[in-house]
Amino acid sequence: MIVLYWICAVVLVLSAIGVVASRQPVHSVVGLIVNFAALAVLFLTLNAEFLAMIQIIIYAGAILVLFLFVIALLTVSSEPIERGRGKLEFQSGPSVAAGLVALALMAVGVRVAWSQSIKPPPPDFGSVSTFGVQLLTTHLFAFEVTAFVLLVAIVGVVLMAGRKELRF
Amino acid sequence: MSPLLELVIIVAIKSAILIFIVVTSFAYLMLAERKVLAWFQLRVGPTWCGPWGLMQPAADAVKLVMKEDLTPSTADPIIYKLAPALAAFTALLAYAVIPFGTLPDGRPIAIANPNAGVLYLLAVGSIGVYGIALGGWASQSKWPLLGAIRSTAQMISYELAMGLAVVGVLLVAGTTNLAQIVSGQSAHHVWYVIPQFIGFLIYAITATAETNRAPFDLPEAETELVAGFHTEYSSLRFGTFFVAEYINMITVSAIATLLFLGGGDGPFAGALPWLTVVWFLAKVALLLFVFIWMRATLPRLRYDRLMAFGWKVLLPVAVLNLIVTAAIVAFVR
Repeated sequence: MIVLYWICAVVLVLSAIGVVASRQPVHSVVGLIVNFAALAVLFLTLNAEFLAMIQIIIYAGAILVLFLFVIALLTVSSEPIERGRGKLEFQSGPSVAAGLVALALMAVGVRVAWSQSIKPPPPDFGSVSTFGVQLLTTHLFAFEVTAFVLLVAIVGVVLMAGRKELRF
Repeated sequence: MSPLLELVIIVAIKSAILIFIVVTSFAYLMLAERKVLAWFQLRVGPTWCGPWGLMQPAADAVKLVMKEDLTPSTADPIIYKLAPALAAFTALLAYAVIPFGTLPDGRPIAIANPNAGVLYLLAVGSIGVYGIALGGWASQSKWPLLGAIRSTAQMISYELAMGLAVVGVLLVAGTTNLAQIVSGQSAHHVWYVIPQFIGFLIYAITATAETNRAPFDLPEAETELVAGFHTEYSSLRFGTFFVAEYINMITVSAIATLLFLGGGDGPFAGALPWLTVVWFLAKVALLLFVFIWMRATLPRLRYDRLMAFGWKVLLPVAVLNLIVTAAIVAFVR
């Protein structure tokens, strides 16, 4: 498991750097596919098989396909759209600050994780049935609220896309 | 030897054998398609290479390898070379969990038997579009791009209905483990095609669309797009796309057999466990014949009708099927 973890960790970091650093949007999408795949394997090593599969189905299989669809339509030429540097320079300060906050949060998380004794998870932890039961009992409120937020988004999209027909 | 290394070596050997079997069956599926299509059109098909044309796949392979491998000067070199490999890789991933039959002690014959097996199949099916989409984009010319965009839109439209049809089976079976779904069908000899007949029809239609087979082969419609997403590809890279398409065809036939047609269940399979493999392969072969039959019979859909059919007919029917199934399952239990 620890071998798998380090392989995934290296792939995750390298692909994430690739997503940010590549000048060609489609290369970023490919980097993100690799990133999601490695993340799914990492979930699998943590016994979260349902989460791993949903990660691939929803993020790699649906959302990223739509990203690629739009990017492929917009960047028909393989030339990168933006040239030259300097436009984003004023963001270096805030991004360093955000990085420091993220590091601090990580340090707190690692400290908490280390201070507690590590209990092995129950044998059916992360399985499809356990996940489903938890989602529809313990976390029902959060689940329903998320569904409602998504419904609002769908109604909004329908309204914006169909505005011409609604004008009367 | 550490247990991890041992596990890795065993899985690698199993995978190598399986890949060899799948690729060989691809070669003869291609020959079978040419033969069957020829019979439908009152021709004889390939007869020159070996007896009854049986060496034709080898001849085709040699021809493809010997051809010049062209890369368009405007193409994105990395993605252009990556795309066919990605297509073949995602096509082969599904075979990690497909149980080909049952051993005498009741264990499935498969590389892995995860609890979320059905979800895994849905996951690798949903990433199968990247090979086509990236290949079409990387070619940097008009027809491949149109083919890639058609393929992506088609995939997104039909994937939802396919997922809902599969969930119908999961509700009836009460599990997401492929081996348990198969044993649930063979226990009472009631294949899920009977309680889930609408689901089976939806799965069959969406599977044809997802594998880009006629009458849904719009991403490579030769009358409109030359050869669609693989117009610029030649030699072995074209061959890889070709392999991926046919392996996907075998995959969806195998999944339909497992989910709806009882997997390895059949006469005498309970007494002789090795017969489960024979029944499984026979059912897959029958479904593959139906694929070829459809290609020989049905004309290609118009693109707007394909989209309208997916969103306005298949998706509502699939949702209705799921609601009715859920209500019945909740009532019976």
